[in-house]
Amino acid sequence: MPAMDNQSLKPTKEQIIYANLLLMGMLAGIIIMIITYTIYLTGLLPSHVDMQIISANWGKGIHEYLEITHSPQGWEWVTLLGKGDFINFIGFTLLGTLTIICYLVLVRGYYREKNWIFATISVLEILVLSLAASGILGSGGH
Amino acid sequence: MLNARMFPIGRWLFLLMVVVMSCPAIASATETMVGGAPSKPWWFWPIILFFFCLVLGVLAVMAGVGGGVLYVPLVSGFFPFHLDFVRGIGLMVALAGALAAGPGLLRRNLANLRLALPVALIASTFSIIGAMLGLYLSRLNPDLIQTCLGGTIVGIAFLLLFSKNTEKPVVTKQDAIGLALGLQGLYWDDGARESVEWKTHRTLLGLFMFILIGLLAGMFGLGAGWANVPVLNLVMGVPLKVSVATSKFLLSITDTSAAWIYLNRGCVIPLIAVPSIVGLMLGSILGVRILAVAKPKFIRYMVITVLLFAGLKALDKGLGLGFLG
Repeated sequence: MPAMDNQSLKPTKEQIIYANLLLMGMLAGIIIMIITYTIYLTGLLPSHVDMQIISANWGKGIHEYLEITHSPQGWEWVTLLGKGDFINFIGFTLLGTLTIICYLVLVRGYYREKNWIFATISVLEILVLSLAASGILGSGGH
Repeated sequence: MLNARMFPIGRWLFLLMVVVMSCPAIASATETMVGGAPSKPWWFWPIILFFFCLVLGVLAVMAGVGGGVLYVPLVSGFFPFHLDFVRGIGLMVALAGALAAGPGLLRRNLANLRLALPVALIASTFSIIGAMLGLYLSRLNPDLIQTCLGGTIVGIAFLLLFSKNTEKPVVTKQDAIGLALGLQGLYWDDGARESVEWKTHRTLLGLFMFILIGLLAGMFGLGAGWANVPVLNLVMGVPLKVSVATSKFLLSITDTSAAWIYLNRGCVIPLIAVPSIVGLMLGSILGVRILAVAKPKFIRYMVITVLLFAGLKALDKGLGLGFLG
């Protein structure tokens, strides 16, 4: 076995920043989800879709469900932030955008190292995740 | 002393699993009998789901599998939710679990960024295609996706049963792609008290296999740890510890892209998504504590049996055979 190389065994600076960002974002996301769900269940904010209607239709396919409940697709939920059910999307969105934010740190690190292969891979990943998040591919067509 | 403690915990877990698994099945049966409008108040299923996911989280940790791979077949089999919602929430569950595990794995240098980045780019791109394909097929014929899911779950159960991972694979010569990407590293093995050097081989084949993994993860909302680990370990020659840690970290990227497709399409209903995510995360925390005094091997076989049953049930439902109710 090779001799222990302390430097190689340690995580890189970018790796630590990535880990810290991930930890803070994940904790914030979970706390936000619990708070917004409590607001939703206690009825502090009115719901866009009545819970009884949701439970009567959650066995139907997504297209039928959206038509019956008049639920939004893509980022249209932002216009319904005053509704108890849709404030829950703040937590979901935070969890979904965390990786994109963390990748920005990696791009900076690889750019400084002049590691063009991994800087390109990181930029491409940001583009892929942003495309998925944009709603261009995921929404519409119902 | 330890054995005396292990037996009641194993028995307790087994009983808990039987009770929790039977709860939704019994409730579902009574609901079917009533027919038409749901006979249960709106809060009934989210509460059952929370406790179900709590136990699922405990079992997932002890069986060494991800939450998503248990969540999708079991919840779609025993709860009244449509598969579109179960797949969307299954991805959010797998994503939350991966995000929670990521920081620790990165700090301990077990999850390798260099290894994860190229693989994640391929898997996340194809998981978007998988998610879109899954939603399209579901609209075309929901039974088709149910049947495919059943077949995949049965395959995963056999993979978990027969796959023999290698602790430290021997890689004599690194291939050109692995060398160009710098897919090698060093990690500290606490058990053996030594540093272990590793490098990849068959890198191109491994990268191609992540196309299929991404497609399946997106299409069925399963997460993909069950496939990531064998490919990294058995195909590419990455040590098991690094494979498991990198796979878990990888899910936080792969599942993000597929989860967005489902989220944007409206497949994540907060009423059932939040109890699922929180239940599974709390269950995972509990599972880590119980793991120290329980028999994981017994739990692993139990979970594989349940997965096999859930897969056969999905196949039965998709093909309209009606053998399993």
